[in-house]
Amino acid sequence: MSGEKKREFHVVNHSVPRRDGRAKVTGKAPYVSDLKLAGMAYAKVLRSPYAHARIVSIDASRAASRPGVVAVLTQNDLQGINPYYGHAVKDHPLIAIEKVRYAGEPVAAVIAESERAAFEALEFIDVRYEELKPVLTPKEALEKEAPLLHERKFEAGALRGFEGEVTAGKGTNICQQHHIQWGDVEEAFKKAAAVVEGEYYFPMTYAYAMEAYVAIADVNDNGITIYSSAQHPFMVRHDLKSVFNLPVSRVRLIVPFVGGGYGSKSYTKIEPLVAACSWKAKRPVKLQLTVEEAMLTTRSDDAYTWMRTAVDSKGKIIARQAKIYMNTGAYAENSPLVVEKSTNRCVGPYAIPNVLIENCSLYTNTVPASSYRGFGCAQVTLPGESQIDELAAKIGKDPYEFRMQNVAKPGEEFFPKMRPFDGTLKEDLEIAAKAIGWKEPLAKGHGRSVACSGSDAGAYPLTSTAVRVHADGSVTIMTGSTELGQGSHTVLPQIAAEELGVPFDEVNVVSSDTAITPYDRSTGASRTTTLMGSAVLEASREAIQQMVVMAADVLKVKIEEIEVIRGGVRCGEAQLNWSEVISKFYALPDGEVIGRSYIRKSGKFSQLPVFWEAACTGVEVSVDEETGKIKMEKLATVGDVGLAINPALAEGQDIGAATMGMGIGLFEELVYEGPQLVNGSILDYRLPRFSDMPKEVELHLVQNQDGVGPYGAKGGGEASLNSMAANIANAVDRAVGVRIRSAPLTPEKVWRALKDRKQ
Amino acid sequence: MTDSKQTLQLNFQLNGKALEVECEAQETLAEVLRDRLNLTGTKISCEVQVCGACTVLVDGLPVSSCTFLAYEARDKNVLTIEGLARPDGTLHPIQQAFIDEFAFQCGFCTPGMILAAKSLLDENPKPTEDDIVHYMDGNICRCTGYVPIVRAIQKAASGMAKKEK
Repeated sequence: MSGEKKREFHVVNHSVPRRDGRAKVTGKAPYVSDLKLAGMAYAKVLRSPYAHARIVSIDASRAASRPGVVAVLTQNDLQGINPYYGHAVKDHPLIAIEKVRYAGEPVAAVIAESERAAFEALEFIDVRYEELKPVLTPKEALEKEAPLLHERKFEAGALRGFEGEVTAGKGTNICQQHHIQWGDVEEAFKKAAAVVEGEYYFPMTYAYAMEAYVAIADVNDNGITIYSSAQHPFMVRHDLKSVFNLPVSRVRLIVPFVGGGYGSKSYTKIEPLVAACSWKAKRPVKLQLTVEEAMLTTRSDDAYTWMRTAVDSKGKIIARQAKIYMNTGAYAENSPLVVEKSTNRCVGPYAIPNVLIENCSLYTNTVPASSYRGFGCAQVTLPGESQIDELAAKIGKDPYEFRMQNVAKPGEEFFPKMRPFDGTLKEDLEIAAKAIGWKEPLAKGHGRSVACSGSDAGAYPLTSTAVRVHADGSVTIMTGSTELGQGSHTVLPQIAAEELGVPFDEVNVVSSDTAITPYDRSTGASRTTTLMGSAVLEASREAIQQMVVMAADVLKVKIEEIEVIRGGVRCGEAQLNWSEVISKFYALPDGEVIGRSYIRKSGKFSQLPVFWEAACTGVEVSVDEETGKIKMEKLATVGDVGLAINPALAEGQDIGAATMGMGIGLFEELVYEGPQLVNGSILDYRLPRFSDMPKEVELHLVQNQDGVGPYGAKGGGEASLNSMAANIANAVDRAVGVRIRSAPLTPEKVWRALKDRKQ
Repeated sequence: MTDSKQTLQLNFQLNGKALEVECEAQETLAEVLRDRLNLTGTKISCEVQVCGACTVLVDGLPVSSCTFLAYEARDKNVLTIEGLARPDGTLHPIQQAFIDEFAFQCGFCTPGMILAAKSLLDENPKPTEDDIVHYMDGNICRCTGYVPIVRAIQKAASGMAKKEK
């Protein structure tokens, strides 16, 4: 990409206003919750009150005869379809079959003329359960006598996103195991000048996409059409194809605007259930979950981590070892990949010569865990970045200087077999430290911390697109990437406008309709700008190549005589813009040229990760010693993004992610009492609000064009979350001298630690 | 909606126009707006009056339409996001400021956020940053980290003040 560096940009690297701005501020932007189909019925779900139970019988006859009820779907109605789905392992029944595995699992669905009629009929479904002993924590799940959640063997899914095996489905409660190892850890710890060791806990959290899961399915003789709030329509299509045994061409997923995703709408959620409802009712069916139900659908994996880290006498980190137990809940969903990623991300963005990380996720009778912004990274960055500070304190070094000494350097192959590091963490750290006034005097009860993370991006390169140049010179991008709010509908047209030399306003986007838009594996793992952006760039260039050939034909000259200029071509005196090229080629002012691109794991994308997602955050907190309450005083984010196609959008991702991370650091946690989730509502699950934000916020981007994406871009949007919980814990330690090794750092937890410190 | 339940006739001003609508007694204002009037700009999220996504203005004051009975809006003035821009399409200064300042991402909280901000600026045209934070604290945004929203409201306030002069 070095040839691109000197280039002046016309459209990219500018904060052009969002393409979806007007629609979103006028209430006109369509979300699935807003859609209605002709003849549509509504579904409501009956959920299990038990965490682990055998279903003895279900009698839905009373509910089926209620006014307005069209049909009831239970385990007794699944003949003719394959009811188990899952892209990693097919362990998830679309509705409970024979047993329930968590309190809140769908057991029956009523389909009725109205949502209210469906809801009112739920209590007339008679389900008899035989309770089983629940398994609630990884520790319980590992016990010899632990009841098994899954007795069946499962098929591993071809699209699990990594090359290793899946452990699930082999007659234990283990969902996935993964380990990495290099050097000689035992020997290194023996030789170490200093070692820190500790146990850490990262909580279950809820992403709270403000639009709860929603889907409308129309299953008929022609196949399946589903409107869904899914991030990855093509992955959902794959699951539905196998549930209904249909060719891919007869399964259509359409995703309009999505009201927040943050990973929680990755992969398949309620689509198989609502499709089965439509299949049974023989008409379109809408299923809109409530937020309380969404909280019973997906959460993040909580993680119990034991970790130790060692330095030599010169302050170089020489070893890290960790054992992680993750709690994946009742079904695997994407947790096998979360395990793989959290294992890798345990190393942090540090060059450590001796590493042993062992990770194991376990099925428990709790809400299924899956992707959550940064998948797996925040879970292990809490221990990882806490230990960097703990070690620095132990050897009497400034934690900022200690990081500067140890972070991976640009181009360094710090993680065996992976892409050399493509970020500049020292530069990033310096900016973060300066932004929060690292070296300035601190008020009493205040503490600061800077921390970083580097993630081997989960972005798997399998992406295609079509860029259509119309006869009037305007452009339509056909993309399988979903607009979740991250700004793909703005960034992708910026790239096409840059390449084709057409006005930004004349580039439109059609997205996420599997019947129309070319394949894109997913919209997650910070991939869209890098992978879909590259696809749009290449497809635009391919369209230009075609138009050069057309221009030569029109002008009756050789192709070599055509020179490409911005927005068109030149040949001697003759100059044609794209509109003229296409119109003259077809001899009518209509028609189009279609530029295509296929991205796969080859060429510059052959080595994984496609990029390292690196970022730093800095915080200053103050702690009220009377109450244990933490106040955020300052926040700085530094996104190491290569090149920001739209700087305002990139910064928006960073502060959004940092705010989510702050929520986990301060108060977010799904709390179980026994088998029941006790804070399963937004009344009880505490989220960041306006008044939680620090007064001083600085957002920085580092743009060294060192990524493989368009113009040197890399992905962003997860990394600022990852280090926040550790940052808050570190800053609290520096403020009041207590080391807290679990998130969130609630006032009670801090107050108790302060009380213990005083004794 | 095929249930043979008792319905009532409601009259209120909606976005400046007199309106009569039939609904059941237990229907919330959000249900009437979204399901009967097809005004889907009003969003439903938490349904327990803590997120602010469903905020509409009733006689100029913000209410959570998800828990506000439609009946309570009788004979009143209801303003939804659909009624905020001018009929010629010109955006309200708050709407424009939200675009200019990148004060939303997914956009799901935005209609409620903008209407709450309008109510604030109607009541207090020159709010301090603390005033904005205090007034807006009942509206949750999961995407933006709030900072650009505060900036957008400040920008709208100063733009509207200049216009008045």
